[in-house]
Amino acid sequence: MTGTDCVDGGPGTAGAVHGDGPFDPSAAAARATDAILRDTLRGAHRGVVVDSPPGAGKSTLVVRAARELAAAGRPLMVVAQTNAQVDDLVDRLATADPDLPVGRLHSSDPHPYDPVLDAHPSVRASAKVADLAGLDIVVSTAAKWAHIKNVEPWRHAIVDEAYQMRSDALLAVAGLFERALFVGDPGQLDPFSVVGADQWAGLSYDPSASAVTTLLAHNPTLPQHRLPVSWRLPASAAPLVSDAFYPYTPFRSGTGHGERRLSFGVASDGSGPDRVLDEAAVSGWGLLELPARRTPRTDPEAVTAVAQVVRRLLDRGGASVSERSEEPVPLTADRIAVGTAHRDQAAAVRAALSGLGVRGVTVDTANRLQGREFDVTVVLHPLSGRPDATAFHLETGRLCVLASRHRHACVVVCRAGVAELLDEHPSTEPVQLGVTVKFPDGWEANHAVLSHLSEHRVPWRP
Amino acid sequence: MSLITTLARMEAVRDGRARPVATVRHRHLSDRPLVFVPLTTAGEAGAPLGALVGTDRDAPRLLVVPQPRNRDLRFAFLAELAEETLPYLDSYADAVDLEERKETDPETGKKVPVQVELCADAPQLLVPSAAGVAFVRLLGRSMRFRRTADQDPDTPYPAPARVPLLGRWLTHYGERSRVPGSSLLLSLTELLGRHWATGQSNLEDQHLGSLLAWIDPPAGVTGPEAALRAESARDAGGQLLCPPAGPATDPAFDNKLLAPAIARYDAARAEVGGGVAGGEARLRLAENGLRELIASQLRPTWDALWHGVDLLRELPPGERVAERWKRDRWSFTGHRDRVRAGEPPQPKRDDAVTAAQKLAARETAQAQLEAQEALDDPLVMAGRRLAGEAFAGEVTEVEMAWSEAKVPRPRPLVTVVTEDRPQLAEQVKLYRVMADGRTQTGEFAGAHAPGALVVRLTGGMGRGKTPEPGSVPEPGDRTCWTLFEHAPRGGPELPDAESTPWTHGGPPEAVMPGPAPDPVTEEDYL
Repeated sequence: MTGTDCVDGGPGTAGAVHGDGPFDPSAAAARATDAILRDTLRGAHRGVVVDSPPGAGKSTLVVRAARELAAAGRPLMVVAQTNAQVDDLVDRLATADPDLPVGRLHSSDPHPYDPVLDAHPSVRASAKVADLAGLDIVVSTAAKWAHIKNVEPWRHAIVDEAYQMRSDALLAVAGLFERALFVGDPGQLDPFSVVGADQWAGLSYDPSASAVTTLLAHNPTLPQHRLPVSWRLPASAAPLVSDAFYPYTPFRSGTGHGERRLSFGVASDGSGPDRVLDEAAVSGWGLLELPARRTPRTDPEAVTAVAQVVRRLLDRGGASVSERSEEPVPLTADRIAVGTAHRDQAAAVRAALSGLGVRGVTVDTANRLQGREFDVTVVLHPLSGRPDATAFHLETGRLCVLASRHRHACVVVCRAGVAELLDEHPSTEPVQLGVTVKFPDGWEANHAVLSHLSEHRVPWRP
Repeated sequence: MSLITTLARMEAVRDGRARPVATVRHRHLSDRPLVFVPLTTAGEAGAPLGALVGTDRDAPRLLVVPQPRNRDLRFAFLAELAEETLPYLDSYADAVDLEERKETDPETGKKVPVQVELCADAPQLLVPSAAGVAFVRLLGRSMRFRRTADQDPDTPYPAPARVPLLGRWLTHYGERSRVPGSSLLLSLTELLGRHWATGQSNLEDQHLGSLLAWIDPPAGVTGPEAALRAESARDAGGQLLCPPAGPATDPAFDNKLLAPAIARYDAARAEVGGGVAGGEARLRLAENGLRELIASQLRPTWDALWHGVDLLRELPPGERVAERWKRDRWSFTGHRDRVRAGEPPQPKRDDAVTAAQKLAARETAQAQLEAQEALDDPLVMAGRRLAGEAFAGEVTEVEMAWSEAKVPRPRPLVTVVTEDRPQLAEQVKLYRVMADGRTQTGEFAGAHAPGALVVRLTGGMGRGKTPEPGSVPEPGDRTCWTLFEHAPRGGPELPDAESTPWTHGGPPEAVMPGPAPDPVTEEDYL
């Protein structure tokens, strides 16, 4: 990686979270944040890039940077990738500073933004940028910003989830600002195109590459920072996620072993779902392994198993203890998510859950779970029951998203035989000249995660 | 691969014969396509060995390079190819329709309607396989920057007069073929693969002979048997009975037949150079031998390609195919105009803005193609329904309702009973084609019972307080709703190349971007 690493001393290897001397996660994170803000507010460069591992306080950083820029008398525009992200950001900004004038630029579709924003008196929403002129901060999606023409450029911008933004989307909006802070998670899903873009592979401005790739190819001297502490991932998960997905930029968990606990009011009935939940409660990970079999994508047995795990999770009166509260907090449906690779799988799980009378649990694909956080996640393994391992299913970011949404525990439901499947399908993507090879590749990351999960394996024949 | 394609492939295996996956033809097929079957020399990138080209299936023109490493012979081949191809392209350039289009007036900056020419039809190029399309691109790239003696009297090895122009056209066709649903340059394997599913893998489907064997096996033979024969059966001399569709040749042919024939040609040529008596006759003999040899490899592919065209012509064209072909006509007309205006050849590499524009245009074309194919073809729509992206069923109930606004708008609630299982959530947008061809929008408003889905109509009912007659389905009507848009729009306008932002390297250099050409070395003159 080029550029400067501004975390003094570095967080060391992610494997040794506690015990090798005084590591103060708060202090490390604060140092990183200060350096970022210094470069953003007073640096000489037109851009600053911040890499943020899962749950490292990216949103907090964006809110803080936006407020400090506004307080310094520098109105700014904020570019996020989805409407949900924009609404969430505006809500956080208005909650952090109820007097801050924030504009929510939205589309002209029906229901263009979350009505929650209407409760904030200082937030103004409009589909026309002229209505929002003069506000300290204007937030919108990249797609909406791309339609804005003939305005005086903003002196500053914050681009959120910049690694999920495509280079051509940045091209369409970069004329609107003079300098920018780019924030994102390099380990999540890369942007993609539904048509082939091989003819541009290797060009510095390949329109299908990520915005940060293009930005750094043209501006290699920009300062690059990273946030060193994941506040979301528990001590049981940070080392695995760091080793498997961020081998050269390790991070640590903000909490230590034992600070987060998950327990159940109802004892196990000895079934597979209950045993895997007990394992996950103790170790943070659980692998419910069904017998090997080739199945359609919406494998009925695996889908049912996922739904049963969720049902038992709720039925057994789960409660969590964390740094946020001394008292056990009941585990409710809104703190649980199910992650899948494909939309039809998500639909099948939703149907199975409603068949079991479960409501309020988030069920979505990896793409849509990006940036979200839950207490417990149940994941249908992308390679479960497949006859082959395609580039889509092997993509590093997909597994990383699915394995890094939880604060307490993650249960993976999978058919046996994935390790053999991986060995039969080494990555065969062509190497393109001029394209930086991403490490680790999906094949390796999948093996790393699988070998860790196998230590928490509960075989089950439904 | 979608579930319905998987099913079709399994049925093909069971029946020993390809299964149709389309009931209409989803690409335009010209009445007079130019068919181009090229062969290339093994180990020599961009060195053509020969080709059959023409519009008449009974009288293709055979072009041969007797010694592919000889630059003059290669140029002679390209000149002949230009002689055959350019008149065909030109024959479409002058018959035009007048179309009205909005253009920005450079003085006022306002959009004003202008009359522009649109070629009434466009030339279509057919090649056997995807590798043939790549070869067309390669030829285009190798020719378009060549200089003729007229353009630059000092250039070493000037190209024949029309060769650079052919390079520009082949480049345009090669680039256009990357646009989903375009039909200016098509490969037969891709065309047939769109309309039939075989019991072999996608990779094996790249073999035109075996693909045709699955689709239309000879009488008394099953598809897999015929495909195996097409792929690997050899005669007593070890030669393939069904030569590959190219442009690569079979190694056995290269080693046993082609190499000795080229050696005979080289020897005869040396004799002519050395003034040996009878050398001329032997050279003619050797050249004729090579022509026959290369023709023997090309002719089966030529016939197979036309066989595939016959099969495709039996399918009626899809309703929206002409609409997509019109965009191909625009593309042809646009390039005709650029050539006529004396613009330079297409640059080596796209600049940042052009690349982004092309990608955006292709993504829009892809979305439109997927929607249009489903709307044109009930079998394709069945696949989308199976995937949960559409549903069809009978209307059982219509309840009038209005929106809560100052001027209430009709928002009727239509109950559709279906056995499909679409992936719906509240307020998901829905689309259907109305009787008059317009698209009606709606949104999902819940389910009365499993399989009884309620759609709230939100558009297509006119401006009044009551819906226009015929715009609301009635109980007993069969309707088909899709979760995808029927005419997806393109993305936003991108900046001009001159205002490329700093994040993308700023404006491209004014002339010929990219590094200087490699210096000429002795190897260039081998």
